[in-house]
Amino acid sequence: MPGIFAFAETRDGEIRKVAGEAVAAARTLADALGTEVHAVVLGGSGIGGAATELGAAGADKVFVGESDAFGKYSAEGYTAVIVKFIREHGCDAAIFPASSLGKDLAPRVAARLGAGYLADCTALEVQDGTVVATRPQASGKIIGQVAATGKPPVITVRPNVFLPGDNARGGDVQSLDVSVNEADFGAVVREIKAGAAEKLDVGEAPIIVAGGRGLGTPENFKLLEDLAEAFGGKAAVGASRAVVDAGWRPHSEQVGQTGKTVAPTLYIAVGISGAIQHLAGMRTSRYIVAINKDPEAPIFKVADYGIVGDLHQILPRMTEEVRKMMA
Amino acid sequence: MRVKSIVCVKRVPDTEARVRVAADGKSVDAAGAKYILNPYDEFAVEAALKHKEAAGAGEVTVVSVGNAASAETLRTALAMGADNAVLLKTDGRPEGLAVARVLAEELKGREFDVALFGMKAIDDDLQAVGPMTAELLDLPAVTAVTEFSWEAGKVTAHREIEGGHEVVELKTPCVVTLTKGAYEPRYASLKGIMAAKKKPLEEKAATVGDSPVEVRKLSLPAERQAGRIVGEGPDAVPELLRLLRQEAKVI
Ligand SMILES: Cc1cc2nc3c(=O)[nH]c(=O)nc-3n(C[C@H](O)[C@H](O)[C@H](O)COP(=O)(O)OP(=O)(O)OC[C@H]3O[C@@H](n4cnc5c(N)ncnc54)[C@H](O)[C@@H]3O)c2cc1C
Ligand SMILES: Nc1ncnc2c1ncn2[C@@H]1O[C@H](COP(=O)(O)O)[C@@H](O)[C@H]1O
Repeated sequence: MPGIFAFAETRDGEIRKVAGEAVAAARTLADALGTEVHAVVLGGSGIGGAATELGAAGADKVFVGESDAFGKYSAEGYTAVIVKFIREHGCDAAIFPASSLGKDLAPRVAARLGAGYLADCTALEVQDGTVVATRPQASGKIIGQVAATGKPPVITVRPNVFLPGDNARGGDVQSLDVSVNEADFGAVVREIKAGAAEKLDVGEAPIIVAGGRGLGTPENFKLLEDLAEAFGGKAAVGASRAVVDAGWRPHSEQVGQTGKTVAPTLYIAVGISGAIQHLAGMRTSRYIVAINKDPEAPIFKVADYGIVGDLHQILPRMTEEVRKMMA
Repeated sequence: MRVKSIVCVKRVPDTEARVRVAADGKSVDAAGAKYILNPYDEFAVEAALKHKEAAGAGEVTVVSVGNAASAETLRTALAMGADNAVLLKTDGRPEGLAVARVLAEELKGREFDVALFGMKAIDDDLQAVGPMTAELLDLPAVTAVTEFSWEAGKVTAHREIEGGHEVVELKTPCVVTLTKGAYEPRYASLKGIMAAKKKPLEEKAATVGDSPVEVRKLSLPAERQAGRIVGEGPDAVPELLRLLRQEAKVI
């Protein structure tokens, strides 16, 4: 029986948070269509042990493909295995996280299947049996309702939008035959260099504290790092383009049209004016807080809450209060 | 070493452009907007030029699928230093697999070591045409690359991933999509602009097939309501945190 395919991303032998989100998104479609969620996990040997948590996120069945060739990601290897699975097994929709891996992999899968690709979606629903996806485009200036003309639609879902709810399923684990050979791949990942191993990425963090030119100097970003840390591993530091161009922060932290598009539950913009290209990257955040000394700054027009004033005074106080609160 | 690259570039509305939904409710009306070479494609053009300069010999071909005005965008790339250009002409604005199919068909007939793309087009935000074209051509690909080195038969790319980066080795020919990194685009010099006028720009009709994606509706995002100013200065912090915890329930 076909079902909804969910790709459960792994890295270094662990299931990533976005895997649970892909399963959660698949769950909403499966419930609407009266079918099952079939999660597929690919990784190096031993990855199967981590698969049980996918049942908790809403997977009815979990298919585990272990191979030494899959210790690291391979676009060609993953595409071959997933396309074979979908062709043999059938599926009503295929969901991937809109992570750096998912955005590399899902377009290849869609191209091989000749399927409609619906990218970076923020909502999914079923209308008359067809999956209709909501996807922001033109950097959030336009919201599209899109559908695939054939089956299955291949969909990536924006991190932090589909959160696993109280919707556990059996998650019965089966193994998947993956006969792939690294020697056949034209592209091979040689090395993964982690910035700071435990550092949360701005694209996936539930809380972002972002700084702009108002910080004044690169050293002052310590104030933001302290605040992020006070949130206890749930927050990442983000940046405006002005400070990335100035070389104060790496481009991997840039939010906006030529940086990352993010949708955290809480986005705190500090010393950021709120230029249209910045808003493009963060306007779908659940809650926005602005801290700026200029009451006329455009960022206040999109913020749910704001404090007008000097960030040098506000940030240390905020860090102190958040620490107390989290203690 | 002689390095041969093809760079796929798209003409897109400027980032400042005000976009409207057209009367049909399914397409974008960018009338009056200024159009630019997609910013990520500028990184790709720059990367191709840098590698040709480093190698001392080679060729950079730029290709675009678009309307007649896209010739102007190709001229911009020629003015930066690309050698020749191909416009695959269509009046529609195909996206995703529909464009990848046109590009794959064109690239199939050409000899190249590396096909370069932007990581994404800033109008449709798909981040898909590069890897899709690679798949259709059965080539290895790497996306979101900040920098790559190029030896005979091999490319080594640094790719941005969450919290770090990957080092990926590819056999050529291959596809590489670029994000911001080591290739800050050059400005076209006056000499470059003059030279571009004489460089070859081939135009031919594109055969665009049906798209497997149907746009049902486009709309403008719900305006975010301006919220409230909680207060001024550090004394407003406790009230802000109370609101975040009790009203918004996000911390
Ligand atoms: C093609 C293109 C793409 C772009 N892409 C992006 C993108 O991806 N991301 C992006 O962010 N931008 C992007 N931009 C740039 C964008 O237009 C703005 O220039 C940029 O966002 C401004 O950064 P900023 O808010 O940090 O700086 P500014 O606009 O200079 O704002 C600084 C703010 O800090 C406040 N401030 C100063 N001192 C203090 C203090 N002591 N306490 C409190 N507040 C203070 C000021 O009131 C001001 O509002 C792009 C532009 C173009 C043309
Ligand atoms: N119409 C087009 N003509 C040529 N190249 C394109 C076209 N559309 C997209 N591309 C290339 O594909 C990249 C990714 O686009 P997209 O998948 O639409 O985000 C762009 O940065 C371009 O390099």
